[in-house]
Amino acid sequence: MLRIENLVMRFGGVVACNDFSAEIKKGQIVGLIGPNGAGKTTIFNVVTGVYKPTSGQILFNPTGDQQHRLTGLSPDKIAQLGVCRTFQNIRLFGELTVLENVFIGNHLRVKSDVFSTVLRLPHYAAEEKRMYEKSLYLLEKIGLQDTRNEKATSLPYGMQRRLEIARALATDPKLLLLDEPAAGMNPQETQDLIQFIREIKEEFDLTIFLIEHHMDVIMEISEKIYVLDHGILIAEGNPSEIQQNQKVVEAYLGVG
Amino acid sequence: MREKSKTQITLIILVLTALGLFLANRYLDPYKIRIINLSGIYVTLGLSMNLINGMTGMFSLGHAGFMAIGAYTVGILTMPVTMKEMNFFMQPIVPFLANVEWGFLPALFAAGLIAAFFGILIGAPVLRLTDDYLAIATLGFAEIIRVVFTNTQSLTNGALGLKGIPNYTNIWWSWGVALVTVWFIWFLMKGTYGKAFLAIREDEIAARSMGINLFKHKVMSFAFGCFFAGVAGGLMAGMLGTIDPNMFRITLTFNILLIVVLGGLGQIGGTIISAVIVTVMMEALRFLDEAMDLGFVQIKGIPGMRMVVFSIILIIVVIIREKGLVRRPKGRELTYAKN
Repeated sequence: MLRIENLVMRFGGVVACNDFSAEIKKGQIVGLIGPNGAGKTTIFNVVTGVYKPTSGQILFNPTGDQQHRLTGLSPDKIAQLGVCRTFQNIRLFGELTVLENVFIGNHLRVKSDVFSTVLRLPHYAAEEKRMYEKSLYLLEKIGLQDTRNEKATSLPYGMQRRLEIARALATDPKLLLLDEPAAGMNPQETQDLIQFIREIKEEFDLTIFLIEHHMDVIMEISEKIYVLDHGILIAEGNPSEIQQNQKVVEAYLGVG
Repeated sequence: MREKSKTQITLIILVLTALGLFLANRYLDPYKIRIINLSGIYVTLGLSMNLINGMTGMFSLGHAGFMAIGAYTVGILTMPVTMKEMNFFMQPIVPFLANVEWGFLPALFAAGLIAAFFGILIGAPVLRLTDDYLAIATLGFAEIIRVVFTNTQSLTNGALGLKGIPNYTNIWWSWGVALVTVWFIWFLMKGTYGKAFLAIREDEIAARSMGINLFKHKVMSFAFGCFFAGVAGGLMAGMLGTIDPNMFRITLTFNILLIVVLGGLGQIGGTIISAVIVTVMMEALRFLDEAMDLGFVQIKGIPGMRMVVFSIILIIVVIIREKGLVRRPKGRELTYAKN
């Protein structure tokens, strides 16, 4: 599905990510962990095209027969290929309503041109109806159908995170990147979130790549985990391997 | 049910407006009719600028330039052939325009299209800039247009301007165009492209990550804004009958910006109301420009005093109600309108 090869990302003299390689297979949930400033979000930003990597390449293969090179593409192209993300510091369209936020997620799949939207030609009307119904369905899925006309920023924090996921789902992604989806959530909310991620993965046939600081979340849902420290990959493996890995323990606790 | 009553209200407002315009056209003196015309034109201008600045979040100050393009297009295209010969006495007009005499409607269309064309031409490099940089670049562009028009003697008659443009603009033209603009922008913003514009305004990075091509959408919004600015410029030419490059100074852009800010960024209804109020006030406050005797102090007439009033209002609005005088109604629903 996604292959990252020898990725290097330098900002001036700072090496945010050094020679990182990873592979995500279709249908997997893969975790990316590491201490603060390890370069996790940088990797997400490179995969989604926000940054251009210094070297290395990223290959995306959604169906198994078409290889796309993501490096060098703009973020909107990457989203159109089926890679969508959420943000660590929530980036909703704050002044717009909850429903509008999800509705906008559909925009990249619109086939009608702008003039047929103004004239509301029948083929656009049909298309808009589908988008509208899909948005409502996604809102129902995250339990926000009753607050659909509220301003997005008026929602509680946990709900804003879910809304971001719903907005990303509206783009019909094949690969979903979640940047700290459980940040700021209490244990109950976290449990709900784990359940929710599993549900959407099944329903929308997703592959999920997530960054998370809550170890219980990552250990519970990931099939494979990559551990970064100071931009370098220090371990990879399944949850039990990672938990016993000496380097990981040192990175998190410091060397005594 | 709610959808239905809304349509009824819209229809009633339309009929009342039409009736009001009809009566005004019949019984008011030319000066008042001219103010009504000007209001209609400013509604178009305010909305077109709000589309660019308020709805897509691009801080553009190039409106006067695009109006100039539209005004000159209409001026040159509709002016009778003999009138052209009289106007262009310094240097004859370029041959391919010498014998054109179009009707008002095609000329207005041409005005919009040419303005939109230049909008795309300018927008392509400039819209990559953000905020203040974009404002400076578009401001510079508007000034360039003015200077170019002052110097292209055989095309625009230079600083002499154009005189004797047929007075096609009447209440029906100015408000008809305003209505078309309202309709266009209303449905544009209701549809998915308009929502994408709003998304760009709210957060460019998130919009991009949701698959919205920033460049394409920004140029699109800018071109629509320029189209209507051009058409409004054309209406202005048809109303005044005389245009010259100095009309299209930066102050004109600021008048429109005033309407947009008072009406509320991104608000259609607010912009319509503030366009009418500002236009009427501009005339009503003319007494401020004249000499005043306040009893204890005598003020000599200072031209432009009335603009001080607007500046003060603008400052107060920006401080107290930064989102404009008219607020977006709460609980407004995004609905799918059934056909």
